[in-house]
Amino acid sequence: MATHFILNGRPKTVDVDPNMPLLWVLRDTLNMTGTKFGCGMALCGACTVHIDGEATRSCITPISSVSGKKVTTIEGLSATDSHPVQRAWIEVDVPQCGYCQSGQIMTASALLAKTPRPTDAEITDAMAGNICRCGTYDRIRKAIHRAAELQAGGAKSANADGRSELVASAMMVSNGGAE
Amino acid sequence: MSAQTNGLDRRNFLKTGIAGAAGLVIGFYLPGRREVLAASRLDGSPATPDVLNAFIQVAPDDNITILIAKSEMGQGVVTSLSMLAAEELECDWRKVRIEFAPAAVVYFDPAFHMQGTGGSQSVNSAWKPMREAGATARVMLITAAAQKWGVDPSECHAEDGAVIHAATKRRASYGSLAEAAAKVAPPQNVALKDPSQFKVVGKPFKRLDTPIKTNGKAGFGIDVRQPGMVHASVEHCPVFGGKVASFDATKAKAIPGVKDVFQISDGIAVVADNTWTAFQGRKALDVQWDEGPNASASNETIFKSFADACETPGVVSRKEGDTHSALGSASQKIEAVYQAPYQAHATMEPMNCTAYIQADRADVWAPTQFQTPSQMTAAKIAGIAQDKAFVHTTYLGGGFGRRGWSDFVTEACEISKHMNAPAQVTWKREDDTQHDYYRPASYVKIAAALGPDGMPTAFTARVACDSISRWFFGPDAVKNGMDSSSVEGISDTPYDIPNILVDYHMVEGPIPMGFWRSVGASQNGFFLESFMDELAAAAKKDPYEYRKALLSKKPRHLGVLNLAAEKGEWGKPLPKGHYRGIAVLEAFSTYVAEVVEISLDKDGVKVHHVTVALDCGRVVNPNIIRQQAVSAVVFGLTQTLKGEITIDKGRVQQANFDTYDMLRMNEMPTVDVYIVPSDETPTGMGEPAVPPLAPAICNAIFAATGKRIRHMPVKPEDLT
Repeated sequence: MATHFILNGRPKTVDVDPNMPLLWVLRDTLNMTGTKFGCGMALCGACTVHIDGEATRSCITPISSVSGKKVTTIEGLSATDSHPVQRAWIEVDVPQCGYCQSGQIMTASALLAKTPRPTDAEITDAMAGNICRCGTYDRIRKAIHRAAELQAGGAKSANADGRSELVASAMMVSNGGAE
Repeated sequence: MSAQTNGLDRRNFLKTGIAGAAGLVIGFYLPGRREVLAASRLDGSPATPDVLNAFIQVAPDDNITILIAKSEMGQGVVTSLSMLAAEELECDWRKVRIEFAPAAVVYFDPAFHMQGTGGSQSVNSAWKPMREAGATARVMLITAAAQKWGVDPSECHAEDGAVIHAATKRRASYGSLAEAAAKVAPPQNVALKDPSQFKVVGKPFKRLDTPIKTNGKAGFGIDVRQPGMVHASVEHCPVFGGKVASFDATKAKAIPGVKDVFQISDGIAVVADNTWTAFQGRKALDVQWDEGPNASASNETIFKSFADACETPGVVSRKEGDTHSALGSASQKIEAVYQAPYQAHATMEPMNCTAYIQADRADVWAPTQFQTPSQMTAAKIAGIAQDKAFVHTTYLGGGFGRRGWSDFVTEACEISKHMNAPAQVTWKREDDTQHDYYRPASYVKIAAALGPDGMPTAFTARVACDSISRWFFGPDAVKNGMDSSSVEGISDTPYDIPNILVDYHMVEGPIPMGFWRSVGASQNGFFLESFMDELAAAAKKDPYEYRKALLSKKPRHLGVLNLAAEKGEWGKPLPKGHYRGIAVLEAFSTYVAEVVEISLDKDGVKVHHVTVALDCGRVVNPNIIRQQAVSAVVFGLTQTLKGEITIDKGRVQQANFDTYDMLRMNEMPTVDVYIVPSDETPTGMGEPAVPPLAPAICNAIFAATGKRIRHMPVKPEDLT
């Protein structure tokens, strides 16, 4: 059965089992592999996408339920890694293995869309559903605060792209790593 | 990675370059690996004297590609190793790219006698060779420039990706010199920089893999897509060692999109158009299992087997002095029994592999930590020579030791061979939890004698657990019943005690054992460092001062212990209801001490702050060291406070994150990391900060409650 929806700003039609989770439609039908499989039970957040702006676990979302809705994945967050959350993630050097980070970024960007200057408690509430086995939580928190600044436009970006700035500081983290 | 580079024949290698890229490859034979090469011809092929086992590509567009013969699983190895090469190459860091090495004998790690990543070895083993590779390339580029300009090479120097002749103010970019440099004879012995000249090593460089891990483009194993690829998943016997008795695939095959259902060596494979349909097919299977002899195994039977074993002396791991006499004449004798549970690795990326077995070659795209077993597995299943099996290493969504195994490679290869098509096998989270190679459950009887001054005069530990080496390398790997990984972290106790006896019972059981981040030290560090706290309490001494007194001959232990105590404000006033705990341990030649600050509330233990002090020799990248230390704290907290793997009726009782949860952001303490300055050769940071965390937490709980916790994880009833 065909399902019509908007994927990353463009109309998309897929003809699959209506019960097939959005996650697997993205990954296996459309070969958009940025959205990750972690648990299949909405327990880890690796599969998080936006549906009409809401952070949603795509692993338990039947494709039929997104009919007519707007779906945004990590691939659609920005064309040039320029979303404030991505810029902050690069600036703070958040990822380690990186597997959970699409989900972390999608959850964080949904939070910031609704709560432009989240408190620590609001960040914890929003992010506690996303597991990072590498334990990047402290940098995720720091990067969300930084993204809030970047989104507000008031703060100067140290480096929009960690590898393209000419200054040496863009190649290094600002706190020198360890204390 | 281009399969063509696998042969590593110099001529072809230079011709084909990297992944078919244009430009020029400067290949190197790294000194120091010749013995490994000669000793390790697994497939019987002749060792080529002209082989190249590393390369740095300088492309005409000035891009630098560095081959990484290690797996990137979050530990930052692509960045750290590239920094070593870049330090000597004097290249423009922003032009550095990496590629993962194919599987080949020349990439064997001397520590494992195979190609692999583990044991916190990567930076240590690459420290010299990667810098030599960079220096060799630099010398060749300088020579090419000097020839071009008709000047002596000694008048030229390299800087920021170019060769400069200062006297004439001439400058040539590396890219413009690449072709000429390739014709220069590689220097036999290159001089390496004095550390005082380092510009890259020691700096907090950002990771090279960060951008692709913020836009979904990093290619993990599960992201591999090949033309005509089928998706598969395997139903395994829930009981370890069980087999398929019979199965009925009628209902599974009736599901639209299911292509085939068949038996493979470790279960029933369902092949489908997509992974979800393969999962649906598994649910529809009707399988009768022959559960075999392990169907009655349980935690109770397993831990009883450990306790029973400990009734008699084991194989001696360490013996100094006469513990029997010292215990007999002790002012105080302290005895305890500690135990640790099985733990699963729970990498965020579930096990998976993609393979394409053809008549004359095999390709494996795998998130693997050990390329050599992956290659051997594929070659065996394909029935071809090992060098016709090509391993393409992807990014790994976590490893922690789990991806040293090749069970997922076996499945993908068997399925591809049956389907005669590229096949990707994906495990469900439940498979991942229930069919792991676990951190051994372990049991120790431990005792000490204290003299009149409260200081220990004897220490004994009798460890009982199964052997990782037996499972991974085979029974022959365990000589005289001793697996050092079973006792590491306790047998090597650094404390100055005159009489020491550590012995071991290898208790063979049905639960698969594997390397788990920090290996033996993950449980033995808990045993030792909790027990040392018991001794300090019995002696009525401060646990930090007590350790300090016993480590006076161990400067590196003492260095991290003192730094952690200072920065963690040991002995300073705390908010009401807050308590501290401390622990120190060496693992993989890196020294780590941790001070934790906790409080207790109705929900259990709240960890407020962790201070980490570490000594990993010379610092290569403080950013990555800090990442790894914090990451290890989270890993250690998870084993201390969260789940455990338990066995009943021969099967694992946990399945998904609802029954085997991981630490989450709401449980994350603040963490400060301090590094002891050192000129020693760098050692690894992937694992060593894990072990001190559990004892530090339980020692803090003792400070709060007076109750000693002798098992992991901490349970609510332990706190009242």
